[in-house]
Amino acid sequence: MYSLRITWLYPELMNVYGDRGNVRTLEQRCHWRGIDVSVVRVSVGDDLAAGDTDIYFFGGGQDREQIAVAADLAGRLRDAVWQDLADDAVALTVCGGYQLFGHHYRPWNTQAETPDAVPEQGELPGIGVFDAVSDAGPGRFIGNVLSETPWGTLVGFENHSGRTFLGEGTHPFGKVIVGHGNNGQDGTEGAVTRNAFGCYLHGSLLPKNPAFADHLLGLALRRKYGANIVLAPLDDAAELRAHAAAATRARQTH
Amino acid sequence: MSHAWARVKASALASRWRGGVVGVTVGALGITGLRALTARVPVRGIDARLIAALAAAKVTYRATRFLGRGGGTALPGVIAERVDPGLIAKIARTLPQGAIVVAGTNGKTTTSRLLTEILTEGGYRVVNNGAGSNLSRGIAASFARVSSPIGRVRADVAVLETDEAAFPAIIAAVHPCMIVLNNLFRDQLDRYGELNSIAVRWGTALAALDPGVTLVYDADDPVLCALAEHAASGTVRVPFGLGAHRYGMSALTHAADSIHCPKCGAPLRYHLLSVGHLGDWYCPTSDNARPPLAFAATDITLKGMEGASFAFISGEQSSPSVSTTAIQTQLPGLYNVYNTVGALAAATAFGVPVEVARAATQAFVPPFGRIERVSLRERRLTLLLIKNPTGANEVLRLLTAATPAPLLIAINDLAADGRDVSWLWDTDFETLADYPAPVIVSGIRAADMAVRLKYAGVSAERITVVPEIADALIAVAECAMPEADAYVLPTYTAMLATRAALSRFGALADVWATAEHVGR
Repeated sequence: MYSLRITWLYPELMNVYGDRGNVRTLEQRCHWRGIDVSVVRVSVGDDLAAGDTDIYFFGGGQDREQIAVAADLAGRLRDAVWQDLADDAVALTVCGGYQLFGHHYRPWNTQAETPDAVPEQGELPGIGVFDAVSDAGPGRFIGNVLSETPWGTLVGFENHSGRTFLGEGTHPFGKVIVGHGNNGQDGTEGAVTRNAFGCYLHGSLLPKNPAFADHLLGLALRRKYGANIVLAPLDDAAELRAHAAAATRARQTH
Repeated sequence: MSHAWARVKASALASRWRGGVVGVTVGALGITGLRALTARVPVRGIDARLIAALAAAKVTYRATRFLGRGGGTALPGVIAERVDPGLIAKIARTLPQGAIVVAGTNGKTTTSRLLTEILTEGGYRVVNNGAGSNLSRGIAASFARVSSPIGRVRADVAVLETDEAAFPAIIAAVHPCMIVLNNLFRDQLDRYGELNSIAVRWGTALAALDPGVTLVYDADDPVLCALAEHAASGTVRVPFGLGAHRYGMSALTHAADSIHCPKCGAPLRYHLLSVGHLGDWYCPTSDNARPPLAFAATDITLKGMEGASFAFISGEQSSPSVSTTAIQTQLPGLYNVYNTVGALAAATAFGVPVEVARAATQAFVPPFGRIERVSLRERRLTLLLIKNPTGANEVLRLLTAATPAPLLIAINDLAADGRDVSWLWDTDFETLADYPAPVIVSGIRAADMAVRLKYAGVSAERITVVPEIADALIAVAECAMPEADAYVLPTYTAMLATRAALSRFGALADVWATAEHVGR
């Protein structure tokens, strides 16, 4: 029996935008195929050893939570995550998680907007998996999203003030059809380095984009069990109906 | 808000209306003309612009009702405020007993309407912006309806439910004598940005309050406690909350928002966790903890969908002046105990005798889709509004504890619902995995809801997609036996669509019947 371990980074702190649905989707799509799957939640102060994880998931949070998370991630978990990703472990990062997988994230006017007791804060350190920097700008990019990617057209919802710009070492994850993408300027969406993916798509992303969910599972299984692994097909009629409805909505509302 | 009638153009309406001189005036001059004209007519003691604004609001109100465009909860206010942007400030100044502003993510409609009923029972003439029209324009419309043509207000006190984002501007305009804050949960992040940004804006507004304002707040919410602590000096703080009860949760739900100490950032702990992140909280590292409660509910008994009872304690529990009143309410669920104790605390602090408040609370019927019971094809439908993870979790908690019955979940993604349906994934629909009744999904995002249920573990044969809400209502009723229950869980605009359909079926007498603005 195949088995996968999903490491969910900072689930209690980076939990604002329904990104839990991504973990739920990976979990259920394994269950339905008889693949053993465990989800390990790793938060501030928890241990993480390199070599245990097949898939990382890291979702979005508010700026305030990102401050605590950034310090812990860069300070304690960075080496284990790096080692796994260099060894082609799979990662999906969304929004705040995506930003902290770049070189840095600079929240907007942190000092003025943050309630008491949060220390004055400039740039939050990232762990540089993606050659990308994110700085918050004035105003948020909010709305339904359609992105064209090598894994099909993806539907989602964006809500971010961060503007992300990619360096030479990272490819964009996709091309914006509807929405603002990384920065509202260059038409790129997200980033890919080896098997690590980052983007701004909430929704949740994976439930309505089942082919991409299976792409991630396939990468993880082939890495662990060999190149000839083929995923058993599932009945995705409900998912594809939701995908189509969300795509229509994105075209109507933008 | 209902887009069908919000789209009606002011000028078109005014010119279509031929019933009165004022209507013709508005039509001929237009709003800009009216503003320019009234600005040049200074008469001592008479505010011409206010008079014009009130007249325009009344005409629009009659026209919208006449044209069947809705309850008249927003458009008259939009027009009145365009004629006189100072309208709500001017009318509020003339209220003999001042204004009470109610805000919070969940329960503000229920709390403000219950408070309105209690104050009315106490002999006050109350103006309240009903039907969830809780922006400045809704308040302007309500004020216009209770004012004489020259701006004399026919009410003693206003109870004003306000939208979270609009709260700072509204308190700056109306200078309330009392503020009631229910809670701050994650809700419509696409509209408000992040939760923290609302808290920060509230904090700034509260720090600038006039001296002597009474701040009634749910002390079970750590964020509200931090905001109350930093309110302007001279603010009278009235913390309320839940005392000991047996319905605590063993762990925070995934959707819980404010689980870190507002002072030191350490994860908070709870002696008792009640709803979302609300409870008897304390910080394990700093000395921060829930303050002593001025008003509390203890000895709580929840009676499924039928309501609840509890003991209402006024006065700190150790103090000699403590008094206890037995309260019965038709509002079900622990979250409604919060709403009820909040309204009771506000009314008592306002000076209403607790016995009067007790009677009004017992008689109170839940408002407009929050918990509403209707009969359709001899089935008993209960409407339970859902709009964010914590609120929806409480509704699920309520109905999984009640007799199982067919469910309709209707999800829309219009502006008033929140455009983003990601929140469905933060809501614990997993509690429906073994729910022994069929589930129908409907609304603009029915397909999203179906997928959510699938991944929650609800088997495919129990999920039916019926996109049109009217069809879905018939379908869920027919899943139930005659005389039996069915539950309807709509988002805000899906609730409006539900009520409109029920009205067409003859199941509701007047779709806007509960949208009246003035207490009895």
